[in-house]
Amino acid sequence: MDEPLKELGDHIVQATVGAVTGCDVRLGELMLECAPDRLVALLVFLRDDPKCLFKQLIDICGVDWPEREKRFDVVYNLLSLKNNLRIRVKVQTDEATPVPSAAPVYSAAGWFEREAYDLYGVWFSDHPDLRRILTDYGFEGHPLRKDFPLTGFVELRWDDVQKRVVYEPVKLTQEFRRFDFLSPWEGGIERVLPGDEKAPAPAPAKTGAN
Amino acid sequence: MSDVEIKTLTMNFGPQHPAAHGVLRLVVEMDGEIVERCDPHIGLLHRGTEKLIEYKSYLQAVPYFDRLDYVSPMCQEHAFALAVEKLLGITAPERGQYIRVLFSEITRILNHLLNVTTFAMDTGALTPPLWGFEQRELLMEYYEQVSGSRMHAAYFRPGGVHQDLPDGMLDSMDGWIKQFIPFLKDIEKLLNDNRIFRQRTVDIGVVSAEQALDWGFSGPLIRASGIPWDLRKSQPYDVYDRMDFDIPLGKTGDCFARYLVRIEEMYQSVRIMEQCITALRKVGGPVRVDDRKLSPPRRGEMKGSMEALIHHFKLYTEGYKVPAGETYTAVEAPKGEFGVYLVSDGTNKPYRCKIRAPGFPHLQALEMMTKGHQLADMSANIGSLDIVFGEIDR
Repeated sequence: MDEPLKELGDHIVQATVGAVTGCDVRLGELMLECAPDRLVALLVFLRDDPKCLFKQLIDICGVDWPEREKRFDVVYNLLSLKNNLRIRVKVQTDEATPVPSAAPVYSAAGWFEREAYDLYGVWFSDHPDLRRILTDYGFEGHPLRKDFPLTGFVELRWDDVQKRVVYEPVKLTQEFRRFDFLSPWEGGIERVLPGDEKAPAPAPAKTGAN
Repeated sequence: MSDVEIKTLTMNFGPQHPAAHGVLRLVVEMDGEIVERCDPHIGLLHRGTEKLIEYKSYLQAVPYFDRLDYVSPMCQEHAFALAVEKLLGITAPERGQYIRVLFSEITRILNHLLNVTTFAMDTGALTPPLWGFEQRELLMEYYEQVSGSRMHAAYFRPGGVHQDLPDGMLDSMDGWIKQFIPFLKDIEKLLNDNRIFRQRTVDIGVVSAEQALDWGFSGPLIRASGIPWDLRKSQPYDVYDRMDFDIPLGKTGDCFARYLVRIEEMYQSVRIMEQCITALRKVGGPVRVDDRKLSPPRRGEMKGSMEALIHHFKLYTEGYKVPAGETYTAVEAPKGEFGVYLVSDGTNKPYRCKIRAPGFPHLQALEMMTKGHQLADMSANIGSLDIVFGEIDR
C-alpha cells in the first residue's frame, strides 16, 4: 500500500533538486520536510506537476517543540482530488525567522497562516494581511506555545464603575492542578520522583558492555 | 460633476445579528448598497479547545469535539475516534462501524435540516425552520436514547461506540424515515419554486470550480460548484464502502445550487440509514474493541472481577497511552472535510491536536463571494456557507 506513495515521494525529491530534505511514509501518509527558502517553489511544483496535482490546501498549522533549536514545525496538509492523495509538508522555523507565505500559491492559506501566527507567533513573509485572528483584540502572547500557561495571564470582567470591560491578572481560587499519570515504575523514563527533588541525581544507568 | 468624490461607508455587521449565524462580526465597506470589501472578524467564540485537549487524556478529549460544531456533533467525534484508532492500530468491530455510519448520517440530516431551513429564514421564509426543528427534535431523541444527551453526545469513542442501541430503536427509525420523506418533499414544495427564494439565491455568490479548489472548499460547497468529491466515496472510512448512495452535484455554484445539493444529500442520507438499519438487524457482536487496556469493562463485570475494577480505574484516571506518531485523518462532516491532525508523543495526552474545521476556509472566501453584491445578498451567502462558530473559532 505504501509503495505508490514512496514512488511519488522519490519523484518529488528528484524533480525538486535539494528542496526536500526528508521524505517518509508512515501510517500510510506521505511526509516531506522542506527548507523554508524553497517552500513556495515546492508548493507550486506540488500543485502543478501532473503526477502530484495537489490543488487543494487543506490546512496549515504549527506545532511547538520547545526543546528544539528551531522550535516550530509549520505543517501543510495538501490534497489532490485528481489522484486521491494526501501529502504533508513540514518546515522548521523559530520565533524570529519568517516562513515565506503560501498565499500566492493557495488563496486559502491567508487565514491559516494568520491562525498560526496568532497561536504560535510564527512569522510569514509577504503575507498580505498578517493580523491576529482568533484571540481578542489587543491580546498579548501566543497561546498555543507550550510555555504559555493553560489559564492564561489575564482575565476580564465588566467593571460597573468604569462602565467597561477591564483586564486583570488571573486569580485562581485553587492552585492549577496538573495530573501526572506517567508511571515512574515502567522504566525507561529518567525523571525525579515526587519528594525526591533534593536527592542527588543517580548516575545514568549503563547499558550494554563498555 | 467630475470632482464629486464618492466615499465608501464602513459598516459594522454583527456580532449580534440574526443573519450572522452566531457571533460573526463583519466590517463591511459599502458603496451605496454594493459591498466593496468585507472583513470577517472571528474569534468571539474562541475557547482554546486545542490547548485544552493537550491537557486532557484521549478519552477526556472526546466531548470537546461535540462542542465544536454543535449542529453536527457525532461526525466530529468520528474524526477524532478514527485518528486515535489509526495511531493505536485498531479498528472498531463491524457492528460499531455500522452504528457509527448510521449516526453520522442522522447527524448529516440534523445539520442540513438546520442549515436549509435557517437559510430560508435568512431569505425571508419563516415556515421551513418551524417545520424543520420538529424533525430535528425527533432525531435528537435518538441521540438521547443512545448517549443520554440530545446534543453533546460523546458517543463515538476511540475503538467503537460507547454502548449498543436500545431495544426497538431500529423499528422506531423505520417509522421516522416513513414520515420524513413526505416532510422533505413538503420543504421542497415550499422553497424550490418559490419566487422570493429563487430571486434571493439564484446567481448569487457564484463560485467556479477553480475558485472552490483554490479557496479550500469541501463538502456540499465544492459539490455545488460541480466537482464530484466526497470523502465517503473517495477515501471511505468505516463501512461507507459497503453503502450504496449517490453524490449530488450542482451545476451553477450559486446559493441555490448549494441549497439543492443539501436537500438531495438528505435523501441520500436516508438511503444510507435504511441500509445500516437492515445491516444492524443481521450484524451482531460487540460495539467496541474488546481490549481491556483500551475500552472499559461493563459495570456488572466490575461487581465481581478485581481485574475489571483495576482496568476501569486505570482507564478513567490515567487513560491509555498512544504510540508516538502523527496522522491527519478526515471525515466527510456535513459541512465539509473535518480533519484532525493528531501528534502523539507516546504519553496518555495528545501532544498536539489541530482541528481542521470546514467552516474556516469557507468563511474566508466570503469576501470573494460577496464583493460586488448587495448587502442583502451577503446574508444569503452567509446562510449558504453553513457556518457555525463553534468550529471556526474553536
